[in-house]
Amino acid sequence: MVTIFGKPLLLLYGQLTLGLVNGAFYALLSLGLAVIFGLLNVINFAHGALFMLGAFVAWGLLTYLGIGYWAALIVAPCVVGLFGVALERVLIKRLRGLDHLYGLLLTFGCALVIEGLMRNEFGSSGVAYDIPHALKGPLNLGFMVLPLYRAWVVIAATGMCLATWLLIEKTRLGATLRAATENAPLVQAFGVDVPRLVTLTYGAGVALAAFAGVLAAPMNSVNPNMGSNLIVVVFATVVIGGMGSILGSIVTGFGLGIIEGLTKVYYPEGSAAVVYVVMVIVLLLRPAGLFGRAA
Amino acid sequence: MSFGFSRAQAVALVALVAVIIVAPGLVYPVFAMKVLCFGLFASAFNLLIGYVGLLSLGHAAYFGMGGYVAAYVAKTWGLSAELAILAGGAVGGLVGLVFGWLAIRRQGIYFAMITLALAQMIYFFCTQASFTGGEDGIQQVPRAPLFGVVSMQDDMALYWLIAGIFLAGFLLIHRIVHSPFGQVLKAIRENEPRAISLGYRVDDYKLLAFVLSAFLAGIAGAAKSQVFGFATLTDVDWPMSGEVVLMTLLGGIGTIFGPVVGALMFGALETYLAPFGDWVTVSQGAIFILCVIAFRRGIVGELGNRLRLVL
Repeated sequence: MVTIFGKPLLLLYGQLTLGLVNGAFYALLSLGLAVIFGLLNVINFAHGALFMLGAFVAWGLLTYLGIGYWAALIVAPCVVGLFGVALERVLIKRLRGLDHLYGLLLTFGCALVIEGLMRNEFGSSGVAYDIPHALKGPLNLGFMVLPLYRAWVVIAATGMCLATWLLIEKTRLGATLRAATENAPLVQAFGVDVPRLVTLTYGAGVALAAFAGVLAAPMNSVNPNMGSNLIVVVFATVVIGGMGSILGSIVTGFGLGIIEGLTKVYYPEGSAAVVYVVMVIVLLLRPAGLFGRAA
Repeated sequence: MSFGFSRAQAVALVALVAVIIVAPGLVYPVFAMKVLCFGLFASAFNLLIGYVGLLSLGHAAYFGMGGYVAAYVAKTWGLSAELAILAGGAVGGLVGLVFGWLAIRRQGIYFAMITLALAQMIYFFCTQASFTGGEDGIQQVPRAPLFGVVSMQDDMALYWLIAGIFLAGFLLIHRIVHSPFGQVLKAIRENEPRAISLGYRVDDYKLLAFVLSAFLAGIAGAAKSQVFGFATLTDVDWPMSGEVVLMTLLGGIGTIFGPVVGALMFGALETYLAPFGDWVTVSQGAIFILCVIAFRRGIVGELGNRLRLVL
């Protein structure tokens, strides 16, 4: 058997792909957080809960309406995005001009409400969501056997990340968004409806989280705690990467996933904590984050 | 009155002491002790958010570690009550020293996220370390005798000890806030760059405040583990960090008495809603939203504002 540093190569490949899959979720979620923070100056603590809601909407679409996975990939983010728009209009909007910390506390409260309601309805163990037929089964790459669904998650997440990056960096809408991030009053003076832009940005960021939720639905069970388990790691990702750069968020997310996968191979006990260790190291060496600008 | 209390605060303090004295006759003493432990925990947290403007989202780490350490030394080493609780506070303060040193490198929202992430590290440590007992926690912790001689088996005996610890911690926090050191903390909260330009070593002040807060949180957690006779992962997990924020927000951030009132409301809410399962979480979230949208001063802050008093 081929080994690398005393570990079977196949184990290494397996954990690396799993790491890439986790990294895909970190990247998608921290990307949404960064986009929202850029314009709203709010750290969206409800991001994990909305990710979970995306998975549950996909499950509900299938169970009650018979709408399958592929349609859910589009419909669920739209539904959760609309919910996000309502949330922004009704609650978050009222905090403009206040200390950033209130936004964090408000969205924390939203996360508690959403998760509590879902736990009441579905219990802590959650429900099962099948892998769509076309993505079942293994993919033989010659040097390793890869579950097809994992490959799909990495590809879909990467595609979505790149699309978001292109939208923000290369389109006119993205240019307006970046301008508003830099100086909202000035952009407003040019006749752009900034409050609407803010609402739509929140909706889009939330939709990204829901998209990740649909991707995650067939991986494990769809359960009310799936978001809160993830959100703390995503916060660490954001601290490590800094929220200044879109590409930075993507790279950091995937990078951390891979590091986590490698840790599972070489030091399994430390895999749950390795992201935080990386965070500590980055804080010591580059306090502003890898891609961040000093405040 | 000396000690930095205004007249209104002195009246409120007398009322608080009176409530503490009559409370065990009115409610179940264990409930009263739980509220006192939470009250000290929230007051310690308030020292940071209320007087330095630092939002720590990881205070469960110090509270929970304090609980584990006190439970461990009381059960395994057979230490007396005051030593076990002090040991819990010392470890809480030590963890706070390391985490505070790391977290004060960033400001605002990043500070909050870093404290949360570091606290989660402690949580994972506690799930795996052998001394914490993993998922089971440390069970059947004996109530250690005070100074090794005064038995604490009776609820009322323990109640007076917990009340004493609470009052000592509460007065210490009041003293800190009203000392020259506390004035500098408030200056940092109001305008950090100006405090720096006035020549204050802002990071040293922040770190010392952080360590004091973590120490007192550790004391509170240690006291709680003595009251209930166990230490589990619940006290070290992130929902506990959220709950202490809620107590402080509800009672009034930056008021001396607010966190105590918040802890009482929270304790009552948790106890009376306990049969309804996850509705506790839902109502906590709803209170968070309500407080942030409409009630940012909290109960005591609002009261003080109406009466034009600093409470």
